[in-house]
Amino acid sequence: MPESVFAPWNDASQKPLIRFRNVTKSFGDFTAIDDLTLDIYEQEFFALLGPSGCGKTTMMRMLAGFETPTSGVIELAGQDIAPVPPNKRAVNMMFQSYALFPHLSVYENIAFGLRRGNMPKQDIDDRVSEMLKLTRLEKFARRKPHQISGGQRQRVALARSLAKAPKLLLLDEPLGALDAKLRQATQFELMDIQEKTGTTFVIVTHDQEEAMTVASRVAVMDEGRIMQVATPEHIYEVPESVYVADFIGDVNIIKGAASPVGEQTYQIKWSKTAAPLNAVSDRPFSEGQSCHLAIRPEKVGIHADRPADADNAVQGTILDIAYLGNISTYHVELPGGQIVKAQTANTRRVSRRSFTWEDTVWLSWTATAGVLLAQ
Amino acid sequence: MQRLILIAVPYTWLLALFLVPFLIVFKISLSDVELAIPPYTPTLSDGIVPFFKALDFENFAFLASDDLYWKAYLSSLRIALISTFLTLLVGYPMAYAMARAPEEWRPTLMMLVILPFWTSFLIRVYAWMGILSQEGFLNQFLLWTGLISEPLTILNTTTAVYIGIVYTYLPFMILPIFAALDRLDGSLIEAAEDLGCSRFQAFWLVTIPLSKNGIVAGSFLVFIPALGEFVIPSLLGGSGTLMIGKVLWEEFFNNRDWPVASAVAVILLLILIIPIVLFQRNQQRQAEAEQ
Repeated sequence: MPESVFAPWNDASQKPLIRFRNVTKSFGDFTAIDDLTLDIYEQEFFALLGPSGCGKTTMMRMLAGFETPTSGVIELAGQDIAPVPPNKRAVNMMFQSYALFPHLSVYENIAFGLRRGNMPKQDIDDRVSEMLKLTRLEKFARRKPHQISGGQRQRVALARSLAKAPKLLLLDEPLGALDAKLRQATQFELMDIQEKTGTTFVIVTHDQEEAMTVASRVAVMDEGRIMQVATPEHIYEVPESVYVADFIGDVNIIKGAASPVGEQTYQIKWSKTAAPLNAVSDRPFSEGQSCHLAIRPEKVGIHADRPADADNAVQGTILDIAYLGNISTYHVELPGGQIVKAQTANTRRVSRRSFTWEDTVWLSWTATAGVLLAQ
Repeated sequence: MQRLILIAVPYTWLLALFLVPFLIVFKISLSDVELAIPPYTPTLSDGIVPFFKALDFENFAFLASDDLYWKAYLSSLRIALISTFLTLLVGYPMAYAMARAPEEWRPTLMMLVILPFWTSFLIRVYAWMGILSQEGFLNQFLLWTGLISEPLTILNTTTAVYIGIVYTYLPFMILPIFAALDRLDGSLIEAAEDLGCSRFQAFWLVTIPLSKNGIVAGSFLVFIPALGEFVIPSLLGGSGTLMIGKVLWEEFFNNRDWPVASAVAVILLLILIIPIVLFQRNQQRQAEAEQ
C-alpha cells in the first residue's frame, strides 16, 4: 500500500483540532482579527504568515489564552476554550523572547511546567532527561540561561514548551533571533522534532521562506483577515489574489483586459501596441474584464532571438541584472515601460554570460506559466 | 602615578571623613568623664605617655554591666527588624503597582514617592504628632465616623514609632524594588502561566525571586538607618520606647557623659558593620549578574 499523503484538510471525515469560527478581536477602535474562520488539524505544522500588525500574533495569543475573542468561538478538540485560563489549557507556547526564567537552570526551566502538576519526582526527572536529549542539551542542564548561546536558549525554550506534551504547541517567531545559517539548521530540527513528537505546531512568522520550509499549510494574513490557506506549493503556484502572489516570493504582475478565446483559454490585452498574451485559467473571466497575470520570474525564459513556438514572446531591453550566485535575475523593460523579471540558473560561469546591460532580448513563457487573477 | 592620584582621592576622603572621626570617637570612649572643656580626660596636652596610660575599657565594661544598654540595643534591633518588615509589606505592593502602571503614569507616581523629600524630615515627623495625638486628625476622624467612642492613644507609644519609621523610610524600600520589577520581562509571567502556574504561583515563583535583589537592597536601606534612629523615637515614642539612638543622645546631652556616649556609638557601629557588609555584597552580586 502506498503511503498516503498527509492532507487531513481534504478529508471531510477528519475533525479539526482547532476551529476558529467567526472570530473577531478588537482593541478599542482597532480590529486586529476580522471575522476569521479557520480549521487546523491534528499533527499539522501550520504557519501564520503576514506582515507585522496583520493579527497573527493576536491569533496565537488567543490560542494560548492571553487574549479572549471579542466575538466568535475558538474550539480546541471540540470544546470552546474561551473560559479556560492559560494555565489550564493543553496548549504551550514558545515565546519570541524565549522567556526563560533567568534565576533557574536549564534543567529547572524545562522541569518548571512538570512540577506544577502532581507528577512523581522520578517521572519529572525522566521527562526532563528525554527533553534534554531531544534538543541535544544534556551538557548544559546545570547552566543558567545567561551562560548559554542564543541557539541553545532557543532549544531550551522549545524543550520547556514541549515537556508537558501539549496537544498544541505555539511558536511565536521562534527563529527570529538566530542568524541565517543557524536558522536554516533549526528549521529542519523543528520539523524533525514535530515529526517525532506528533504534536500539532502553529508557528507565527513574517519570514515567508521559513513558513514555506517548515509548514504543512500556510495561512497568509493581512489586516486581520486570512487571504489564503493552502500548502506551500499551492500558495506559491496557485495564489488566489495579487496580494498573496506578491507577498510570497518574487512575481511579475501584468495588468490587462481578458477576452475568452476557447475553453479556459484567454487572451490578455495589456498594451496598445503589443500582441495580446495567451493564458490558461480555471477561473472564468468575461469579455473585457480587467485582470492581472502573475508570472514567477523563474518561469520566464530569456533568449537572444525570438523563440519559434512560444505561447507568449515579448521583446525588451535589459535594464538591470541582479547576480545572486546560483541564479541571476534580469529586469527587462518592455516597450510600454512595463518591467518583467526573468530568472535563469547560473549553470555557466559569469565570464561566459550571454546577456549584458542594454541588450535587446526576447522573453517567453507558456500559457500555463502564469496565474490569471481578478484582483 | 596618575592612577595613584586617582585612587588616593577617594581614600583620602574616607580617611578624613570616616576613619579619623571614628578614631576620635573611639579614643573618647576609652577616656574618663571630667567636668572640663572638653568634658573628658586625658587629652594630648597631658603628654604622649600619660595619655596612653590613662586610656582603658572601663566604659565598655560599664555598658555590659548595666542592663539598660543591652536592652536598648535589643529593643532597637527588634524595632528596626519589625519596621523593616512592615515597610516591605507596605512598599512591595506599591512598587508592584508602580511597575504595572501604564508607562505614561510612571514618572508621576515616581514623583509622588519622592515628593515628601521636598519637605524637611523634622517637619514631617511633627506633622505626624498632629495626626496621631489624642486630639489629632486620626482620632477626630475615627470619632466622627463612630468607629470608636474614646480617642485612641497612639502618640508616645511604640506603634507611633513604627508608623513614623515606615512612613519615613518607605521611599527607600519602594525605589529599589520598583527598579527590579520594572526590568522584569512581562512575558516571563505569561510563560509561567502558560506552563500551568496560577496567578499567585507565577507571582511567588517568578516575580518574587526576580525582585529578590530589590527586596534585599530596600530592606538594608531601611534597616541600617532605622537601627540608630533617634528623631522618630524621641518625638513620636514615649518613655516606654527604648532605642539606642535615644540613649546615646541622652548620654551625650543630658548626662554630658561623652566617654559612655562614645562607647555606645562604637558598639552600634560594630553591630551595623554586619548588615552594611551584607548589603555591599548584595549590590556587588547584582552588578555581576547584570554583566
